[in-house]
Amino acid sequence: MKMKPLWALPLLYSASALSQERSLNLTQGVTEVSRDVYDLHMTVFYICCVIGVVVFGLMFYSMIRHRKSRGREPAKFHENVKVEILWTLIPFLILVGMAIPATSTLIAMEDTSDADVTIQVTGSQWKWHYKYFDREVEFFSRLATQQEQISNKFEKSENYLREVDNPLVVPTGEKVRFLVTSDDVIHSWWVPDFAVKKDANPGFINEAWTRIDEPGIYRGQCAELCGKDHGFMPIVVIAKTPEDYAKWIDETEAKQIAERERQQELLDMEMSMDELMAMGEKIYNSTCAACHQPNGQGIPGTFPALAGSPIASKPENLDKHVDIVVHGVQGSAMQAFAQQLTMQELAAVVTYERNAWGNDTGEMVQAADINAAINE
Amino acid sequence: MSTVVDDHNHEAHHDHKPSGITRWLFTTNHKDIGSMYLWFSLIMFFVGGAMAMVIRAELFQPGLQLVEPQFFNQMTTVHGLVMIFGAVMPAFTGLANWMVPMMIGAPDMALPRMNNWSFWILPFAFVILLSSLFMEGGGPDFGWTFYAPLSTTYSNDSTALFVFAVHIMGISSIMGAINVIVTIINMRAPGMTYMKMPLFVWTWLITAFLLIAVMPVLAGAVTMVLTDKYFGTSFFDAAGGGDPVMFQHIFWFFGHPEVYIMILPSFGIVSAIIPAFSRKKLFGYSSMVYATASIAILSFLVWAHHMFTTGMPVFAELFFMYCTMLIAVPTGVKVFNWVATMWRGAISFEVPMLFALAFVILFTIGGFSGVMLAMTPVDFQYHDTYFVVAHFHYVLVTGAIFSIMAASYYWLPKWSGHMYDTTLARLHFWSSLISVNVLFFPMHFAGLAGMPRRIPDYAVQFADINQITSIGGFAFGLSQLIFLWLVIKCARGGEKAPAKPWDGAEGLEWTVPSPAPYHTFETPPKVE
Ligand code: HEM
Ligand SMILES: [Cu+2]
Repeated sequence: MKMKPLWALPLLYSASALSQERSLNLTQGVTEVSRDVYDLHMTVFYICCVIGVVVFGLMFYSMIRHRKSRGREPAKFHENVKVEILWTLIPFLILVGMAIPATSTLIAMEDTSDADVTIQVTGSQWKWHYKYFDREVEFFSRLATQQEQISNKFEKSENYLREVDNPLVVPTGEKVRFLVTSDDVIHSWWVPDFAVKKDANPGFINEAWTRIDEPGIYRGQCAELCGKDHGFMPIVVIAKTPEDYAKWIDETEAKQIAERERQQELLDMEMSMDELMAMGEKIYNSTCAACHQPNGQGIPGTFPALAGSPIASKPENLDKHVDIVVHGVQGSAMQAFAQQLTMQELAAVVTYERNAWGNDTGEMVQAADINAAINE
Repeated sequence: MSTVVDDHNHEAHHDHKPSGITRWLFTTNHKDIGSMYLWFSLIMFFVGGAMAMVIRAELFQPGLQLVEPQFFNQMTTVHGLVMIFGAVMPAFTGLANWMVPMMIGAPDMALPRMNNWSFWILPFAFVILLSSLFMEGGGPDFGWTFYAPLSTTYSNDSTALFVFAVHIMGISSIMGAINVIVTIINMRAPGMTYMKMPLFVWTWLITAFLLIAVMPVLAGAVTMVLTDKYFGTSFFDAAGGGDPVMFQHIFWFFGHPEVYIMILPSFGIVSAIIPAFSRKKLFGYSSMVYATASIAILSFLVWAHHMFTTGMPVFAELFFMYCTMLIAVPTGVKVFNWVATMWRGAISFEVPMLFALAFVILFTIGGFSGVMLAMTPVDFQYHDTYFVVAHFHYVLVTGAIFSIMAASYYWLPKWSGHMYDTTLARLHFWSSLISVNVLFFPMHFAGLAGMPRRIPDYAVQFADINQITSIGGFAFGLSQLIFLWLVIKCARGGEKAPAKPWDGAEGLEWTVPSPAPYHTFETPPKVE
């Protein structure tokens, strides 16, 4: 799609100035598809510029030359079938010319067959979950920017709002397929450098794919309004060479398997109140506070308060409390956290909620209690 | 302000009408109702504008400074709803009320009592919508597009009020549309054949059919949202066998024709103003009519271009891409016709013409980004970024709203009987023109660089662009105060306007005195 006739030179000059200053134009990206998309974008842009120059040029010519103040007498014509047919046909043909490359690029983008690696991407309010098919590797990926940077207490870092705790890792040169879905509302998984943007629809699975040329770190964001923290669920993808990737996935898999086994062993272990509260506070602030707020007051009318709430402060509701945290509340924004947190973490966070902000029930919940609730 | 107009008319024409507030409550006069629509729309323009100022203030710098993310989302949502349903659509209905009967030589609208109703339920709709912002938990925060399940399972209880308000707005629009259709079909003066009607009448006739076709679809969508949220249905909930993407199909089946509802009357306005100030007949009248009709028909076949990323089958994506690209052809024809109208005319640059010319150029820029967005593979990159925000603000602000400004400056002497202060008007034009581009042009770059829309905070590399945008926004907002001042000044007095203040203007509305008497064309004029 190299179209560089002479008349486009001035435009080309300004456009290449644009493309060098990466932050003003679409990225060329790091895949064949993303480069095709970029070329399409520039082609349409040039065509629009040319049409604009012609149409606006004629208009300004008319505004300058055909003015009443120059003593002009208006002409009388108000129809010309030939011209009218011409300016219907020419745009039509230009559009056909644009539709052809667009069609072939689109068909290539939607061909998700023969993938080498498949990853399930699940959006939920307000984080991403990645699960590698055929490997026992899965993890959540959350915003890593500190709250203090957002509230302007600390200086903003270079990758402000575009950094996560656990980035997705993929191999270069291989066809990576994404199966995109959601646990709650609609999100959209977007990494500009791959030209991949796919909606995550609850209850349905969408497919997308990429084949990345260069190792590197690629950043994106959720693109579909998904509630309060829509602006705070970034995506970071690290592309590694196939060798590095193989090493990473083996290590991660081994680590995750070991961790799961350790969890099972820990089931019998009792934690002290201090340990539970310390761990619970950490989990609460990273997982629950977005809705229920750090002070447990919730957001009236939207997210219920936990401080002083019957569920979190009355002894007879202990089982109910555990059940809600583990299984979620159907038909509400309250998710099931059984998949997201370890049993220890669940135990800790319930304990924390029952003893923080004046709830002071003095009750402790242990991993074994959670295990019982899950296997009920 | 209304009482001023009231008094004035009393003195000037001794028309029979009740005085005081009852005149406005019970009026069935198309001019009174037109004025009320226009004032209402102006008020809503400032309400929605104030919300835009909140949005731009928060986005002035990275980080959260002024508002919470949830309130930010309420602002973007209600800003969109107020501007679309409160500012742009009522302004067009107001213009239709005032001008359609006068343009076709009819004494009034065909269904005057219904006309009264369709206006008077509107303020209630907006009181309900705006008051929901003060509820516990705040107002609607799911975007003006209210995608399920964010608007159902995950929304707060203001949703019920939102649904009710949208229903009332829809009923108002449908009644207004019926009135326009019946008036145009039945009440044209003898000799006013269809192909002699001014284009504003034509475009409104077609718009009215679009309204009748799609407002019930919107009503269906909000009703399903309501029953999903409160009555246990699962239209949009996969767990109960529904489909959240179906919501988007239904919404955009309304939504895309809706965007043409907001631009077709503009085409009519500009097609009146450009010939008037070029002192030359409109080029290609009949092709304008056909282009409008084909845009209207095509507008039912392109809705899914808003949904390319939802995961449609490839053939569906191709179909909607081709249809969307096709719609650029009749749109282009219109632009070419306007330029050809100017060609070898005798052009002068009175304020209505300035706005109309700005409309042609800036609307076309919005059309260009529209064609770019139509290309599905590239839309994957543009979708839900500021590039889309730039696109629809070019077509809606410098398109629809500029045309409404042009119309106001064109017909204000007819409405009020006074010439407005042209120095102020020119100041309003130039400050709006410059600031609106400082406001919306950089948004293209923000979008291309990767900034998603509807976010309260952004990465640091977008900081400069957003700062420029916000400055443009504040300047544009302030510029509109000039307009408010000008209109109030003009309503209260000023140099007396002749029946036909523009030497090149054509049409029946200029054959009656200024201000137009309370009753016009009680005996129909004869059209040659
Ligand atoms: C040449 C004609 C046009 C074409 C080809 C076109 C194309 C498009 C496309 C493809 C989108 C979807 C972008 C996305 O979300 O990814 C879009 C969005 C939009 N367009 Fe246009 N458009 C055109 C003219 C107009 C006009 C005349 C109006 C209104 C006066 C308009 C109003 C809108 C609005 C409001 C949206 C965004 C809605 C939202 O997501 O909130 N467009 N347009
Ligand atoms: Cu559309």
